[in-house]
Amino acid sequence: MATTTAPPQTRSRSLLSRPTALDGLKGYLATTDHKKIGIMYFWSVLVFFFFGGVASWVIRAQLAAAENTLVNEEVYNQAFTLHGLTMVFLVVMPLGAAFFNYLIPLQIGARDVAFPRLNAFSFWTFLFGGLFLYSSLFFQAVPNGGWFGYAPLSTQIPGDNMAFYAVGLQIVGIASLSAAVNFITTILNMRAPGMEFMRMPVFVWMSLVTNFLLLFALPIIAVALFMLNGDVVFGTQFFQPATGGDPILWQHLFWLFGHPEVYIMILPAMGIVSEVMPTFSRKPLFGYTAMVFAGVAIGFIGFGVWAHHMFTSAVGPIGRVAFGLTTMFIAVPTGIKIFNWVFTMWGGKVRFTTAMLFSVGFVSMFTIGGLSGVTHAIVPHDAQQTDTYWIVAHFHYVLFGGALFGLVSGIYYYFPKVTGKLLNETLGKWHFWTWLIGFNLTFGPMHMSGLLGQPRRTAVLPGELGPDVLLYNQLSTAGVAVLTVSALIFLFNFITSLRSGEASGDDPWDARTLEWMTPSPTPYVNFYEIPTVTARDEFWERKYAETEDGVVRPVPMGASQDHGEPVPVGDTATVEGTGNASAVPDDIAVTEDVALAKVTSDDHGGNPDAADDDHHIHMPDPSYWPLIMCAGFIPLGYGLTFAAPTLIVLGALWLMIGMFGWILEPLAEGDDDYDPDAVHA
Amino acid sequence: MSAAVEETSMGIDNRKLGMWVFLGSEFMFFGAFITAYLLYLNTTAGGPTGEIFDIVYTSISSFVLLMSSLTMVLAHNAHVHGDMRRMRLWILATALQGLVFVGGQAYEFTKFVNEGLVPTGSPFASAFFVLTGFHGIHVTVGIILLLGLWSYTHTGKVKSDQPLKTEIIGLYWHFVDIIWVIIFVVVYLIPWG
Repeated sequence: MATTTAPPQTRSRSLLSRPTALDGLKGYLATTDHKKIGIMYFWSVLVFFFFGGVASWVIRAQLAAAENTLVNEEVYNQAFTLHGLTMVFLVVMPLGAAFFNYLIPLQIGARDVAFPRLNAFSFWTFLFGGLFLYSSLFFQAVPNGGWFGYAPLSTQIPGDNMAFYAVGLQIVGIASLSAAVNFITTILNMRAPGMEFMRMPVFVWMSLVTNFLLLFALPIIAVALFMLNGDVVFGTQFFQPATGGDPILWQHLFWLFGHPEVYIMILPAMGIVSEVMPTFSRKPLFGYTAMVFAGVAIGFIGFGVWAHHMFTSAVGPIGRVAFGLTTMFIAVPTGIKIFNWVFTMWGGKVRFTTAMLFSVGFVSMFTIGGLSGVTHAIVPHDAQQTDTYWIVAHFHYVLFGGALFGLVSGIYYYFPKVTGKLLNETLGKWHFWTWLIGFNLTFGPMHMSGLLGQPRRTAVLPGELGPDVLLYNQLSTAGVAVLTVSALIFLFNFITSLRSGEASGDDPWDARTLEWMTPSPTPYVNFYEIPTVTARDEFWERKYAETEDGVVRPVPMGASQDHGEPVPVGDTATVEGTGNASAVPDDIAVTEDVALAKVTSDDHGGNPDAADDDHHIHMPDPSYWPLIMCAGFIPLGYGLTFAAPTLIVLGALWLMIGMFGWILEPLAEGDDDYDPDAVHA
Repeated sequence: MSAAVEETSMGIDNRKLGMWVFLGSEFMFFGAFITAYLLYLNTTAGGPTGEIFDIVYTSISSFVLLMSSLTMVLAHNAHVHGDMRRMRLWILATALQGLVFVGGQAYEFTKFVNEGLVPTGSPFASAFFVLTGFHGIHVTVGIILLLGLWSYTHTGKVKSDQPLKTEIIGLYWHFVDIIWVIIFVVVYLIPWG
């Protein structure tokens, strides 16, 4: 981490003056730096992943024997609900958000996101939402109606369990929605000069699509959760069959959110894989344009397939046919992507680093999950498989074999960028192979037990299903044991590499995109000078040029720091003839000291001349207000859960005061109302 | 961010773009509530139906709300011309009309509850109260924003050369009005039964 402390304050401090600490705990609590927020997302995910894993152990231990009585139905229901909620909302989604935060500004050549304080708000809201959901443990009211929360079951379970579900997800949803507004604005508006849409890295494209999906899908689940909250806590009648309420409405609203949600989880991983594969194949991504449009097409079609989750509900024959067709259609852009990844590797100089292995694992496992998924487009087949373990196998191949493999690939790939150190490759390969074997051992047999009729969401494995199904379940449980060992290998590797990993240098992978053009770990200001982009793989184009006979050679004059094999003098003229030699960046020639001297990160009364300096670097100021404001969700949340008007009013007022404190914070440099003269007067 | 606007990739201020993006999300939010309302139009569980609505009364309060969009535009126009005295006046007028609307809604809700249309009575009643109630919350938030804007013109937080701030709050306010046009048509004008 680049460490910077602010110049001494020249103004008197008051309640509203902005914090200055950039280091230590205070630095994290008040941070508005997208990199630190990304890191905080990552650590929170690690903690929640542990709890989600514990819940999966409860499930697998119970199902390791037929007619088992290890846990009762209530505990089992809570375990599988909590497992689903945790992995979807508190692991895969925020892990994607961690990558959005860290990478989007770096990949588009920006110094931060569009709304740095809103970014902090998103993180704290997510964290408080997750903790709120888990606080249900202390009220013996862990959600127990499944992550899908089907009404009217969810409205009729006694106790506060499903109220915690409705309110907890609502808070987490607010976090994602505000993040979506932020990232969309950032990608559309904060690109470096020359970073046209069709030059953006595919990860940025997939992030853009994902955040549009969040933007349009989250309000729908918000409405559904408000209705459920009303029914469970306040006695409204949305899903009460007694007065004519329609349970199918819940299913429509939930899956109209829930299916785009699937793509919300998988698209960031697809983006990461599209970054990793070209780097380790030493080739540009095959079919960049097709890749981008396939991602956008997935985003659009993703909103038109939701009812394939409901083929056995009352949606009618026309609905079944229509949604069966759209479900087949969405396999087309997904297939385009898979072929493009394969062709990216084809004929390349493939290096099987751990990151690359996980990306290859992603493509293979996701293909299996995609194939079992498209079988659901066939309505009679779907009617057979609904509510069996076939479904469980399918979506774990997509979300674990797909999303998580891709995201873990990203962890190995970007660890050097964040820390300046390499993760241990030997341990990494142990991690990969145990992860792959454990994963297939856990979820592969579920295809079989599902086809043989094992129902999902049931606490007891029926003995009448016979010894084969029991064997498949025992294999699954053994698979979780392998996965646990694998996760421990990863954790050990992660912590030891963090402490004493091998130094990586700035560009350990010989990568292609902007984020590797700055030193690793990323300095506080990201880029000492904002680069001007002239090509799709900008960094690669600056490092290498193709000679007339098609041979790729390093560009002379120091653009490539780690691969600077001197080019024979005779070749220099040829290389310069391609025009790329002129693209040698001065950007990285600026030393850190020179650049940081120009930063007045959070001092509004700093050097008055600095405001006139074109090269002056504006960085967002730290602020405690996002954290203070988010804390208002806690009383508000408990008020909505326990029908306590006092707490609701308290929470609403708290949020309002937080909002005004936020607005009234001293003027920040870079705001349009920043006026150096007024501050000095 | 007048100087900075030219630096953004789309040539539009970040905050304005952010507000547009957020409003896109809000359309889906109200769209889902309106869908639920239409589904439950006749699911009254023997309780009061849409007959209970007083179209004339609500038309008047709707008219007041729509007129507030006009004063909002006038406020922005005055701000663009740096006429802060007039801008403050129109902002207060806009907020006042918003208050009249919310007050009218509070009166209407009380009247309906007294006549037996309660949120816990039927899916129809739940959908009506939650749909129009969430719209009322949006108007209330808008009023708070307007009053904040009005007070900041006095403290120097909002200056005469920053009409963008009025414009962004105006975007939100117009959105709330447009949504009410749709809700009014759906709830009060289309036939039930």
